[in-house]
Amino acid sequence: MSSKFEAVIGLEVHAELLTETKIFCPCKAEFGASPNKNVCPVCAGMPGALPVLNEKVVEYAILAGSALNCVIPQTSKFDRKNYFYPDLPKAYQISQYDEPICGPGWIEIRTGDQTRKIGITRIHMEEDAGKLVHQGAAGLAGSTHSWVDLNRAGIPLLEIVSEPDLRTPEEAKAYMQELRSILVYLGINDGRLEQGSLRCDANVSIRPLGASTLGTKTEIKNMNSFSAIERAVRYEIQRQIDAVECGEAIVQETRLWNEEKQISVSMRIKEGSADYRYFPDPDLRPLEIAPDRVATIAARLPELPTAKRERYQNTFGLSSYDAAVLVSEKTTADFFDAAVAAAGSVSYAKAIANWLIGDIAAWLNSEKRSLEQTKLRPQHLADLVQLISQETISGKIAKSLLPDLLDAGEDLKTLIEKRGLSQISDDSAINAAITQILEAHPAQVAEFLAGKTKVVGFLVGQVMRATQGRAKPESVNRLLLAALESAKG
Amino acid sequence: MTQGITLGTIQRPPGPPLTPGPIFFGTSSELTIVTELYHLTAQELATKLQAREISAEEVCHSFLQQIDRSESSVNAFITVTREAALVQAREIDRRRLNDERLPGLAGVPIAVKDNIVTKDTRTTCASRMLEEWKPVYDATVVGCLQAHDIVTLGKANLDEFAMGSTCENSAFNPTYNPWNLSRVPGGSSGGSAAAVAAGEAPWALGSDTGGSIRQPAAFCGLVGMKPTYGRVSRYGLVAFASSLDQIGPLSWTVTDNALLLNVIAGADPRDSTSTSSQTPDFTADIQTGIRGLRIGIIQELMGEGIDSEVRGAVEGAVKQLEALGAKTVPVNLPRTAVAVPTYYVIAAAEASSNLARFDGVRYGSAAPQPKDLIDLYTRTRALFGNEVKRRIMLGTYTLAAGYYDAYYKKAQNVRQLIGSDFARAWESCDILLSPTVPTTAFRVGEMMTDPLAMYLADIATVPVNLAGLPAVSLPCGQDSDGMPIGLQLIGQRLDEMTLYRAAYAYEQATEHHRRRPAEYFSPGD
Repeated sequence: MSSKFEAVIGLEVHAELLTETKIFCPCKAEFGASPNKNVCPVCAGMPGALPVLNEKVVEYAILAGSALNCVIPQTSKFDRKNYFYPDLPKAYQISQYDEPICGPGWIEIRTGDQTRKIGITRIHMEEDAGKLVHQGAAGLAGSTHSWVDLNRAGIPLLEIVSEPDLRTPEEAKAYMQELRSILVYLGINDGRLEQGSLRCDANVSIRPLGASTLGTKTEIKNMNSFSAIERAVRYEIQRQIDAVECGEAIVQETRLWNEEKQISVSMRIKEGSADYRYFPDPDLRPLEIAPDRVATIAARLPELPTAKRERYQNTFGLSSYDAAVLVSEKTTADFFDAAVAAAGSVSYAKAIANWLIGDIAAWLNSEKRSLEQTKLRPQHLADLVQLISQETISGKIAKSLLPDLLDAGEDLKTLIEKRGLSQISDDSAINAAITQILEAHPAQVAEFLAGKTKVVGFLVGQVMRATQGRAKPESVNRLLLAALESAKG
Repeated sequence: MTQGITLGTIQRPPGPPLTPGPIFFGTSSELTIVTELYHLTAQELATKLQAREISAEEVCHSFLQQIDRSESSVNAFITVTREAALVQAREIDRRRLNDERLPGLAGVPIAVKDNIVTKDTRTTCASRMLEEWKPVYDATVVGCLQAHDIVTLGKANLDEFAMGSTCENSAFNPTYNPWNLSRVPGGSSGGSAAAVAAGEAPWALGSDTGGSIRQPAAFCGLVGMKPTYGRVSRYGLVAFASSLDQIGPLSWTVTDNALLLNVIAGADPRDSTSTSSQTPDFTADIQTGIRGLRIGIIQELMGEGIDSEVRGAVEGAVKQLEALGAKTVPVNLPRTAVAVPTYYVIAAAEASSNLARFDGVRYGSAAPQPKDLIDLYTRTRALFGNEVKRRIMLGTYTLAAGYYDAYYKKAQNVRQLIGSDFARAWESCDILLSPTVPTTAFRVGEMMTDPLAMYLADIATVPVNLAGLPAVSLPCGQDSDGMPIGLQLIGQRLDEMTLYRAAYAYEQATEHHRRRPAEYFSPGD
């Protein structure tokens, strides 16, 4: 980025809530049902049907607001956002306009060594629209006709709007990652950017460094991963700088990120702001949120990522990097916590973390699987680090067992016994092997006796081979040297 | 002058009117003997059905025959569900013969306004837009009727999407007033009112957004109740203006009206705006009388702009009520003059949003062979009639950025003030009184070229909807042309009971509720 400019970025995040049913009707809010399976007169916008608020949505919104340090006012209301589109059955979306459920708040993000507070403007509740499937083309353009699937119509959404506090593509990505973690920790969103259950639009503008006014912003849509967010924002900043440096004006528009081509293209020019003719929805009563209800919900907040990271560093002595890696996926952190608990001592935490971040992560990566898709259980990992620490097995053997643990889910002790893999630390057993090897290699023994000590390495290797690697290497060294010395007579 | 006749007085044995028992027909020389089942009130039909003097099928036939005789002149129905009604009636008879315990009103027929959705029976809202629409569900009130084994005869005509005061804005021809076919029956529940007034149904369900039950009741000589907002579920009522709409009963008598409200009132988990308050038996203290009841006479609705014959009849009613022991006091509702513009801003704004869903994508009519999406939208929505288009455009305008504060928001503020006018009135009285409409029924065609004049005729009814209060219209006389005049009583929130008590006292002291249009109620038909 040219150092003459600074970018101003704000994100609007839409999170589908993990409620059993839709926001205004009893239809199931599930992903992947056959088209128009979860549809009733209410979410199909049939004449005469009326919305009834799913209280779980309010609860989840308050939960999110509490986690994002938001002000939660005592009154709130729903409004109608009016516009025509075939995926919008009532031709208005029930949303919240000027009295959202949650007011200003903030979250902390980290990029490199820096920590910054990013403001949250508001959180509001709304219903999702349906989905259009265009026949014969990827989009509306070129299709012969379009199908409407209303399964998604009425799925509850939280819209979380940030202040324009973000300055770099890295920060935009970090903000989204942190927000995703928090929502997943709260158990209110599944965090799947690739499926669109968590989506984000970025508002981007640039201004000369040091300026306090805002430039004309563009809105970037269609980013389905963290890296896409980072790249799309970077692309847009550069595009705007190039334009300004060529003396062109920035046009207020919505742009669509094309992941394949790694560029964004203009979708529509916004002529001022669209007129949605918002007005209070007369079908729903205004909400009254009692402060003690907020307190009750806030008291149920689970340990959030920031607190967890701090605990991992302070209690377990993990590095900030390791702590961040473990915490970023709730399933990994939960697994880690459970494994440490199963191991019964904090002293194992570091080793457990190393396994999770190192070999296990590498294996999962190569197999393209997630931890919960394996048969590894926290108890297994706890056993593994305990057995290594007790020197029952070597670290090398443990690594060799990992695929079986992940895939077969067998009890570790059974596995070790079945394969006879426990470490031999019994001197007599090692000595028996040494005697056998010395007898088999008289030439090498003679070389040693002639003063060629290099040959010891070869002999150690032979002993290890004879014990299938189970002999403790230090013991082999010590005992072999002793045997050779005694051969000197 | 329109011919009116007085139906046979039914001399009840002493005791509450709801007790099942034998019905005695009047024999006095000045009374006409009832000879047809369709001449009976719902309560009378129920009593005779319970006593097994008549069958539900006979009752159903009598009304269906009257529909056959009257529809060509009145056109009260859009759809008559003849076969379904007879099947339902026979089933009720079979169950009665098996000595099954049946609801008190089992076998009494009804007409339902065609903006109340009925599963598998087309629900048109009198619009080309929904000409062939068969809903996949029943409105909550329709479920209530079924639970009481009330037999639906068909779907009654209305002004398209309940927008209008004459029942002429129907895509399926106007309805005519049975008292005089050159007059409108009122609207928008004009089909419901005309069906009852022509003897095609003993009672009917209508909906009232700014007077659409009370005004046709007044024009057709019926009792029409607009219950408290939230008293009756709106689930399945095709929305016109959601914060104002309310379903309610139209009937010949106050008792019938209360009986029908008993059937349809109550909290509904599918309507967040329905009240969670207890639903009383609306007939419970109907006979207690009105001694000491404080009735406020709304001054703004008793002077200029009110037809002199109407005013005379209402003043007569005031005297009658005083004679019955009520205390009347003059009351001012200073914002009455701005109620109509306030109402038309709010109602149109909500309507513009509520009617946006008719886009040809999911249900109802759609323009054939659209070029593209905009073409589908514009040609489909051209199916709306002029009055509907007018209100959608008005509402879209008042909600638009830059106009919202000047119109919609200001109207909401005035709405609050209208509510506080009423609140002040309740400090000095229990109920309020006014004419229902400044005039009797308009002539056919009279209002079609002057929507503003039509809107202004809503002056007495719209404040009630804006404040969410209950109000009843009941007949209190007739003009020199023999057209019925309506008296409006307005109650406090959730106090329909007091309205019924006052209306019943007045009704019992007068003969207005026995008048029928002679052409449709000739003895010995």
